[in-house]
Amino acid sequence: MTSPSAPLPADAIEALEEASFLRDTVRAFRKNRMAMVGLAFVLLLVLGAVFAPWISPHDPYRVALDEQLLPASTTYWLGTDNFGRDVLTRILYGARISLVVGIVPSLISLMIGTMMGILSGYLGGRTDFVVMRLADMMIAFPSLLLAMVVMYTLGANLLNIFIALALVGWASVARVVRSQTLALREKEFIEAARANGTARITVMLRHIFPNVVPTLIVLFTLAIPEAIMWESSLSFLGVGVQPPEASWGLLVAKGKEYMFQAPAVAIAPGVAILLTVLAFNFIGDGLRDALDPSMKD
Amino acid sequence: MAETDIILSVQGLTTEFSGDRGDVRVLDDVSFDVGRGRIVGVVGESGSGKSMTALSLMGLVPQPQGRVSARSITLDGQEISRLGPSAMRRIRGRDIAMVFQEPMTSLNPVRRVWEQVGEPLAIHHGLGRRAIRARVLEMFELVGIPEPKTRLDAYPHQLSGGLRQRAMIAMGLICEPKLLIADEPTTALDVTTQSQILRLMRDLRDRVGTSIILITHDLGIIAEMCDEVNVMYAGQLVEQGEVFALFDQPAHPYTRGLLASIPRATEPRAGRRMPSIPGMVPNLAKLPPGCRFNPRCGEVMPVCLRRDPGLTAAGTGSGPGHTARCWLHSPNGGTA
Amino acid sequence: MTEDVVISTRDLTRHFRVGGGFLGGPARVVRAVDGVTLDIRARETFALVGESGCGKTTLGRVMLRLQEPTSGTVAYRGTDLTGLDEGAMNALRKKLQIVFQDPYASLNPRMRVGEILAEPLRSHGFGSSAEIRERSAELLEMVGLRRQYLRNYPHQFSGGQRQRIGIARALANGPDFVVCDESVSALDVSIQAQVLNLLADLQDQLKLTYLFITHDLAVVRQFADRVGVMFLGQLVEVGRTEELFAAPLHPYTMLLMEAVPRPDPHQRGRDRPILTGEIPSPMNLPPGCRFHTRCPFARDICRVEDPALQERGGRTVACHFPLNG
Repeated sequence: MTSPSAPLPADAIEALEEASFLRDTVRAFRKNRMAMVGLAFVLLLVLGAVFAPWISPHDPYRVALDEQLLPASTTYWLGTDNFGRDVLTRILYGARISLVVGIVPSLISLMIGTMMGILSGYLGGRTDFVVMRLADMMIAFPSLLLAMVVMYTLGANLLNIFIALALVGWASVARVVRSQTLALREKEFIEAARANGTARITVMLRHIFPNVVPTLIVLFTLAIPEAIMWESSLSFLGVGVQPPEASWGLLVAKGKEYMFQAPAVAIAPGVAILLTVLAFNFIGDGLRDALDPSMKD
Repeated sequence: MAETDIILSVQGLTTEFSGDRGDVRVLDDVSFDVGRGRIVGVVGESGSGKSMTALSLMGLVPQPQGRVSARSITLDGQEISRLGPSAMRRIRGRDIAMVFQEPMTSLNPVRRVWEQVGEPLAIHHGLGRRAIRARVLEMFELVGIPEPKTRLDAYPHQLSGGLRQRAMIAMGLICEPKLLIADEPTTALDVTTQSQILRLMRDLRDRVGTSIILITHDLGIIAEMCDEVNVMYAGQLVEQGEVFALFDQPAHPYTRGLLASIPRATEPRAGRRMPSIPGMVPNLAKLPPGCRFNPRCGEVMPVCLRRDPGLTAAGTGSGPGHTARCWLHSPNGGTA
Repeated sequence: MTEDVVISTRDLTRHFRVGGGFLGGPARVVRAVDGVTLDIRARETFALVGESGCGKTTLGRVMLRLQEPTSGTVAYRGTDLTGLDEGAMNALRKKLQIVFQDPYASLNPRMRVGEILAEPLRSHGFGSSAEIRERSAELLEMVGLRRQYLRNYPHQFSGGQRQRIGIARALANGPDFVVCDESVSALDVSIQAQVLNLLADLQDQLKLTYLFITHDLAVVRQFADRVGVMFLGQLVEVGRTEELFAAPLHPYTMLLMEAVPRPDPHQRGRDRPILTGEIPSPMNLPPGCRFHTRCPFARDICRVEDPALQERGGRTVACHFPLNG
């Protein structure tokens, strides 16, 4: 045969069994310290939210008008709100709603948007036309109004918040994924798959999808804070979570009124949102790098 | 060559990049001269350092990862290797101009062609719009753009690849630079357009006396265009010489291998298989000890694995200016 | 049609619509491939040369039905591909393969070499995963790479090695006809010859037929058995490589050959004829012969009448006034 090729440039051959892309990704992710910190924070938060009734120091709904807007103390670590309720307890309970509202609808709209975007971009033609006009309608329609319509007609509960947020969110995801798919479709490795008689569904799943994942992760980390804020807008307008239930968005919205007397009431849940978003960003960055094979050496 | 006939003299140009995995020396002690009105070729494969030579001379190496040093670089007698960024900016476009490979992306798509081609005049000479426009028109005529008046106001996408590259050359020459560096100026073009652009560059040298450094991977272009040739491999010059000497009596095994392995359109098919250089272009981060070409060389000797031979006279009877970096030609041969 | 014709096209066209559509004004038509009739014989290397935009890449794609022809037919060993449904076409893709130009874009960066090679095998039901792994390793060795490389990602390889992987993928299911679309153009000179030699060896071993698409006439002369010269969607000259290079019939072929820089300073082409002007837009073709706007020999009839492809001593040429005739 032709000249022997020189040894492998990269020091990549370790003891590798029949490894898959997924397994490589997990391994790479675990090496990323920031991402692991983010993951730990989110896990802690989830645990705190799940076990809130057991670990929170106070009753989140108990009104104590003689203890309004107290500063932080050993009893109330973050002080109390205008009804004398413990802010820390309310944040822990709020996490239950806010985390779910932040993650679930983002995931749903991401899934729908990805599917629609890939189908639209790869199949083109009529599918593309229909999906994109649908997406245009969703984007053109004032989304707050759309969400409110959903909430009014279906009723103000958590499930309906999911539906409303997913309905608003998928279209922009689909647009981004479609344009990526269009670019990928022209790549020679896609053509090579077609030349090999690879089924269309396989091309979409094994070639297109893994290459849009990095974008999806960025979209996801951006969508979480957005969803949390959306939920607070809906709640503020009275169609979302209703007091005395607690969600972070609602806590910030209500706490704003007492900014000068007791800043912690608004700031503490705000910081909770900030930290959560940061944690998701770290996870997102870690995932993005872990999913890039050229970063794995 | 008399001192005054040398427009550019480069001595010991070395460029290093620092990265995650340590420092990589992409240019190693490169020295050459460019005579006034001469076309000097730099030829090499990917990673040879040929484009990096141009960027280093222009002060365009990305900072702060890249570090450029040189014993001396003189442009028309003026030492420029110690100049700071702002002084280099004044030299770029005025004294040294550059033409890049990609005529599609080196023009801004939303600005009219004449404004871009005339920009160096605005920057370096502060000319007004009317004067610039008149000068651009002159330049368009010089570089053979048909219907130059109507092309002035065109946007880049309205010009073909060949016309865009002519416009880029016009931009390069508009301040009458002492030196034009053309980095793969025709690689993105079709052969027929390429021959037009090459002819234009040769004419400009003959008529205007432009000194040109022509960087290319194509030995055909070198043979057609250049007076002198610098062959680069893995960041080093491996052979230098006057073009006829280099093609008639190539001294370095790499040059010989390259000349043997290029397919020729003018000669009948030699056989089923073509001569080729075995192995791969080396990774600059993992260079072999001794001569950098030793893993691919068919004439390798024990000394080649231990020590770099340095550039010495090629000793092929081809004249004093012909040098090669090879133990076969080193005065004390393989015995050192 | 004789037995040993592998691919045969009849009056094949591929037109693209540009612009137009919903409220977009009138659409214009680009005739990328405009009436190509061609037979490619078993075990030969047929080179398709021309400048960018001449339609050579599109023609290769249409032959494999990676793009659908607008009209005309493509037959593979007597089977009309244009009439096949998707399933039948996909089954035939085992035999019809392609090696691409860009060794970077042609391999999915998120798949290991092993997965890249396994995919075509799996698509055609090659066998158990152990058999697929063995076959993939065999393919790597066939193109001169080590079987351990199955575990690596594309970015860990040099351009030449990637191109070998692309070749291995094309060979996976034992093809008969392989389109090489500028497959060595992106490689360094010293690597180019290696890959060409590999392609030649594989052709001998596996009895392959190549359609070798390139803009590089030097490679054509050293590698191809027959050549077709394309200009603006049409073949203007077809002939055996040696005959065509020794005495081109079409003025375009001659000027294209003259334009190639020669790696010999003694042959400097200061006086060589040069092709002036620009290629006409394929959306706005001139009447008569498409080449007449750039042809130094054009006469009145060339501006009016499109010359048909005519036989001339075993070669074909589309010119009213062939050279060397």
